[in-house]
Amino acid sequence: MRKVAIYGKGGIGKSTTTQNTVAALVEMGKKVMVVGCDPKADSTRLLLGGLAQKTVLDTLREEGEDVELLDIRKEGYGGTLCVESGGPEPGVGCAGRGIITSINLLEQLGAYTDDQNLDYAFYDVLGDVVCGGFAMPIREGKAQEIYIVCSGEMMAMYAANNICKGIVKFAEAGGVRLGGLICNSRNVDNERDMIDEFAKRLGTQMVHFLPRDNDVQRAEIKRMSVIEWNPDVPQANEYRTLASNIDANEMFVIPKPMKINELESLLLDFGVLVA
Amino acid sequence: MLLRHTDSNVIEREALTVNPAKTCQPIGAMYAALGINKCLPHSHGSQGCCAYHRSTLTRHYKEPIMSGTSSFTEGSSVFGGQSNLLQAVNNMFTIYDPDVIAVHTTCLSETIGDDIPQIVDLAREKGFIPKGKYVFHCNTPSYVGSHVTGFSNMVKAIVDYFAEPVEYKTGKINIIPGWVEPGDMREIKRICYQMGIDTIMFPDTSDVLDAPQTGTYDFYPKGGVTIDDIKKTGSSQKTLALGITSSTAPARALDVKCSVPCEILDLPIGLAATDRFVDSLRKAANVEVPGFIEDERGRVLDFITDTQQYLYGKRVALWGDPDQLVSLTEFLVDLEMKPVYIVTGTPGKKFLTRIEKALNGKVPEAKVKQGANADMFLMHQWIKDEPVDLLIGNTYGKYISRDDDIPLIRHGFPILDRVGHSYFPTVGYAGALRLLEKILDAILSKMDRDSEEESFELVM
Repeated sequence: MRKVAIYGKGGIGKSTTTQNTVAALVEMGKKVMVVGCDPKADSTRLLLGGLAQKTVLDTLREEGEDVELLDIRKEGYGGTLCVESGGPEPGVGCAGRGIITSINLLEQLGAYTDDQNLDYAFYDVLGDVVCGGFAMPIREGKAQEIYIVCSGEMMAMYAANNICKGIVKFAEAGGVRLGGLICNSRNVDNERDMIDEFAKRLGTQMVHFLPRDNDVQRAEIKRMSVIEWNPDVPQANEYRTLASNIDANEMFVIPKPMKINELESLLLDFGVLVA
Repeated sequence: MLLRHTDSNVIEREALTVNPAKTCQPIGAMYAALGINKCLPHSHGSQGCCAYHRSTLTRHYKEPIMSGTSSFTEGSSVFGGQSNLLQAVNNMFTIYDPDVIAVHTTCLSETIGDDIPQIVDLAREKGFIPKGKYVFHCNTPSYVGSHVTGFSNMVKAIVDYFAEPVEYKTGKINIIPGWVEPGDMREIKRICYQMGIDTIMFPDTSDVLDAPQTGTYDFYPKGGVTIDDIKKTGSSQKTLALGITSSTAPARALDVKCSVPCEILDLPIGLAATDRFVDSLRKAANVEVPGFIEDERGRVLDFITDTQQYLYGKRVALWGDPDQLVSLTEFLVDLEMKPVYIVTGTPGKKFLTRIEKALNGKVPEAKVKQGANADMFLMHQWIKDEPVDLLIGNTYGKYISRDDDIPLIRHGFPILDRVGHSYFPTVGYAGALRLLEKILDAILSKMDRDSEEESFELVM
């Protein structure tokens, strides 16, 4: 089983990209589990056809410690297994601790054991890794490979660079590696070349460039992945390519995060910032 | 030789603390809360915190210490402790019927950021707090300060929540005694009473943690300052705050909130510090010092002159809490003893300059250390390097005492292996006499034990 964590700036499209990619992997015949690590609990909406999942932490709260895998894991599109970690209401408690609790619980309940016959486990992690809890999926060798969703916007690249710093910290101690960047296009000038170059500077690769396409939003409003909504649109093929690139990926590195002035000069070179 | 691996070679440390000379904030908050009449302390955190604080207080005061806990589980640490605290408040008022619940936080509830006033408001809205009863709180994260900080925070919270500003003053004197034993608080009250001064002392653990055995168990012993009296502290004409580290914050808060001017004094341990305390009382209440208190002082002075030959030049190592250490150091210097090693784990800017002043240039070889790296291990290393004649501090010094065969006088918190410290004061002139007797006895007992037969004296 490959354990994959998806990180990236908030609002960049991590959940959308993850679920569409998972749908494509399922189409390829893979068995996938998706673990949403976001208190908003919206990481499996497109696979389940709505926010139908009771979160691990809600279940724990309401039913006590005596929880079974069936209580917290739901089957979604094409047999994907969907889990939402959930968390406290905004402003109270500790969401980081919530993620630690729910991932530990999944392990205890045997969600990752061989008899589950999983090909992939995906962790969809919220945007900003602010404490140890949000780094949980890459600690102690839980996820082995990380993909960062970014775009050509400066703050998205800044966030990606920052996430790389976190990966370095955990990579040195554990086995986690960066698998590459996924560019979720925002139609920024020279975006493809710039992210390509950015990936190289980080010592990694751009796994795929996803063009911007309103079909994603159309599918989303129907609570479906693009592939489920309309398998014949061009964007469905983009996700298929991304899925097969990830499936075939063999380039796993410890990233070399850039200094902030290097990052800014990269943006200057590609004409985003006019000096 | 339990500490046989300690040697005199001091290596600069940046991170490690070995056998710290402090403990954590809530224990002080719990002790302060017990000084309120019919108050039930409540620990907002996991059970283990509360169990540790209760058991350490029980072991020191030899009395059952009652306290609630929010009993955090994994779920509470994720979702916040609101529902646990609500239920706890309801249970405590329903089952144990205290007049007041004093909530203090723990590392865990501080880190997840529980908003106690908001939860208490909600408890009130839900009708969990009966009419005429109170819930108040202070924040006590243990990764800040020490048990003394927690004590100070709780005493300040008492002021913040209850003291009422008024336009007229009653002429009473507020006494904030600092973290001292119940017997010390009783002695301070006695001095005030005998000087004819009307005081409000808060907190006041006398008759709570040294309550008499009557054959029936009182969940809430008769002692402790009442909430009514605490409210009236705002109408007193002056506050005398004893112990700069533990009592400055509440005294200042009372000045700011209710315009009650404060004077901050050292703990009245030893001759000079007690002189200053008595003199401040005299001035604040505009009374004469009665002759029998002057006589008490005279007896201390007489004791000092009678024993000076045995105490002169004796080297002493001390550890514990800043307020105690400052006054003890001053006293030892007055006795012409040499407090050479002084260690406290409690941070606080003014300590080093106050110790310097207490040493008064008389002990140039003195080593003083404060803060995270100031621990019992370092002090033991200093002792290995150059020995001392006497140790004064809490029970944790008994290992050094045994290994290096140095007499130990137990003083401060915690004392886990003896009884008596909570009954007999070390403050005031009576306390000075008791300290002198203990010091002399420790030094002469060792002299007797070690003397050869031909120099073993009947008369000393």
